[in-house]
Amino acid sequence: MANESNLAHEITELRLGLPGDIIVTGKKRVSSEVESELKCEPATKSQVVGWPPVCSFRRKNSLEETRTAYVKVSVDGAAFLRKIDLKMYKRYQDLASALQILFGCFITFDGTLKESECVPIYEDKDGDWMLAGDVPWEMFVASCKRLRVMKRSVMK
Amino acid sequence: MNRALCSRAYLLCFSKSKSLPFEWMDRAIKLQLSTSEMNYFPDEVIEHIFDFIASHRDRNSISLVSKSWHKIERYSRHQVFIGNCYAISPERLIRRFPCLRSLTLKGKPHFADFNLVPHEWGGFLHPWIDALSKARVGLEELRLKRMVVSDESLELLSRSFVSFKSLVLVSCDGFTTNGLASIAANCRNLRELDLQENEIDDHRGQWLNCFPDSCTTLVSLNFACLEGEINLSALERLVARSPNLKSLKVNRAVPLDALTRLMSCAPQLVDLGVGCYENEPEAESFDSLMAAIKKCTLLRSLSGFSEVAPVCLTAFYPICENLTSLNLSYAAEIQGNHLIEFVQFCKRLQLLWILDSIGDKGLEVVASSCKELQELRVFPSDPHDEEDNNTAVTEVGLVAISAGCPKLHSILYFCKQMTNAALITVAKNCPNFIRFRLCILEPTKPDHITSQSLDEGFGAIVQFCKGLRRLSVSGLLTDKVFLYIGMYAEQLEMLSIAFAGDTDKGMLYVLNGCKKLRKLEIRDSPFGNAALLADVGKYETMRSLWMSSCEVTLGGCKRLARNAPWLNVEIINENENGRMERNEEDEREKVDKLYLYRTVVGTRKDAPPCVTIL
Repeated sequence: MANESNLAHEITELRLGLPGDIIVTGKKRVSSEVESELKCEPATKSQVVGWPPVCSFRRKNSLEETRTAYVKVSVDGAAFLRKIDLKMYKRYQDLASALQILFGCFITFDGTLKESECVPIYEDKDGDWMLAGDVPWEMFVASCKRLRVMKRSVMK
Repeated sequence: MNRALCSRAYLLCFSKSKSLPFEWMDRAIKLQLSTSEMNYFPDEVIEHIFDFIASHRDRNSISLVSKSWHKIERYSRHQVFIGNCYAISPERLIRRFPCLRSLTLKGKPHFADFNLVPHEWGGFLHPWIDALSKARVGLEELRLKRMVVSDESLELLSRSFVSFKSLVLVSCDGFTTNGLASIAANCRNLRELDLQENEIDDHRGQWLNCFPDSCTTLVSLNFACLEGEINLSALERLVARSPNLKSLKVNRAVPLDALTRLMSCAPQLVDLGVGCYENEPEAESFDSLMAAIKKCTLLRSLSGFSEVAPVCLTAFYPICENLTSLNLSYAAEIQGNHLIEFVQFCKRLQLLWILDSIGDKGLEVVASSCKELQELRVFPSDPHDEEDNNTAVTEVGLVAISAGCPKLHSILYFCKQMTNAALITVAKNCPNFIRFRLCILEPTKPDHITSQSLDEGFGAIVQFCKGLRRLSVSGLLTDKVFLYIGMYAEQLEMLSIAFAGDTDKGMLYVLNGCKKLRKLEIRDSPFGNAALLADVGKYETMRSLWMSSCEVTLGGCKRLARNAPWLNVEIINENENGRMERNEEDEREKVDKLYLYRTVVGTRKDAPPCVTIL
């Protein structure tokens, strides 16, 4: 686990994981920022080039999930819902920008703006409503079924 | 040998032909004619006999018998197979076989499928089309695999050959739907357009519209690999005016109701590739689909289903008993239980390609239901085991299949784990294997029960399966497995090795033992110069050798190239921007990727900077 001093250092960094994101050596679940740096090195067996020997066409078309991930997005107070393809974005920041354009609401996913008006939550595969931003981006895309931006006024 | 070939040719010929005079038939059958006696026959007769010999290997043998046979064979040869497009030049091909009608060409080495070969490596179609066009060859069929095809080439092709009938492209790239539009528009007698797993730049245009109204000869149309939208009404009109259409494979842009309409106007279909239907269909649409399917009583082969709701598979229940071929390997959305429910009724299945989500239980069902099964491929649905799921397949499924399917001869199996005991059982159950490709997902994984290497298991495979022609090995393997392969695999033509072996001896066992070896591809294994250089003459009997991330050095490769001028020895090095420098130090440097092949036309001129030909 990250010790106190690491934690203090990381909190001041501007990035999109929660403070205290760690690299778990078993499954290599890393924060999205760190993972993009690691991508160039075949760190584990599972990242060896060309292994397992599945042809690239097949990889693209069946193995790496489906190619779109359209989810409904509702924002409290907005008259209409929108649908967006989460696969269009590579990180939480991009999604935040997109939501800002679509709905005009300013949200962040890293919990830094605790006073912010809008709170992003999502419904996952199990039907539970979760606070968005906890898990790495790819995991979020894979499990998110619906997205909702709640206004704090509603919560109270 | 040639005498036997002649006699066989005669008997074949006479059993089919009614046009030859009786006295000749009588003479041939009564006497065992020698080749010199046969030369008393007019050339046309000999040519007629040759017509019955289709296999290109047999034809190659015939052409070596005598000068006159060589000449007759040359002019009567219509189909040519070229396994490596750089082994020969288009000009020499045309000079030898001027009456060529059907050409098969293969380009990039097999490991290009797994991103091990740089994109710009080579395998360009254009010089071939250019030469064939200039020589006015009457080309009718073209089959390409791993070639780089451009829109210009397709345009030239479509304009140059009046009788052009059939284009089959497998794992090719470099072209767009504009190229397809040229083919559609200009090939008046087109019967077959078959696009399999190609990377095509889809301009979402109107290429299907380009088939003229006069085009009614289509027998096979496969555009499943295209990503973009197509003009549905153009497709429907095309299908409606193609009474000979037997095979139709559509892409993901063809929705359910369109598929229903297509099937309704083509109930004669034998082979169908289904598109993509994410959402559950309305009851009415589903009923219409099912009604259309029921009418397709000739349907024998089914594929597609990428991103399809499971219920759509059930629409095919009415004809599943007739199916001989089923490819659900792209159906990632259909879970194991639905797959099992469907497959258990496919009693006549001969070919099954499926995802490992079917599980061992599912394979047990296949083993008990599909007694006619000949070829099985089980692909990984989760290749990097990220979800740690328990539904992938293991040795249990493989053993069940081997026990239940007596006609099985080809298998490709991706699995999480394997044991020697299971492989030995499989080998004894299925001595008729021709192709055995096993891929254990984790490299160098041992027998999961005994923790030993899998040498004995694969050893049993080569020992019992005496007709084995293709083998891929995986898991923890020492030099011993190669000793077995060299000793027993007498018919082996293609061998794929990854993360295996201990010393040069391993590779030497194979090179010395497998007399019929044509293609050897090795990655990440500790074989070096000693193995590479031991018997240079061996490579003349082989099509090609691939070695990547092994122990061969630049010095070793240079020595090989010097001793074997009839080989192209290619060093592929993607880390360098230009050609490799040739100073003393580099000789000891390990070569990243080596690809060598026999050729009669020397060094190719179209190699990119990352390829150095020694």
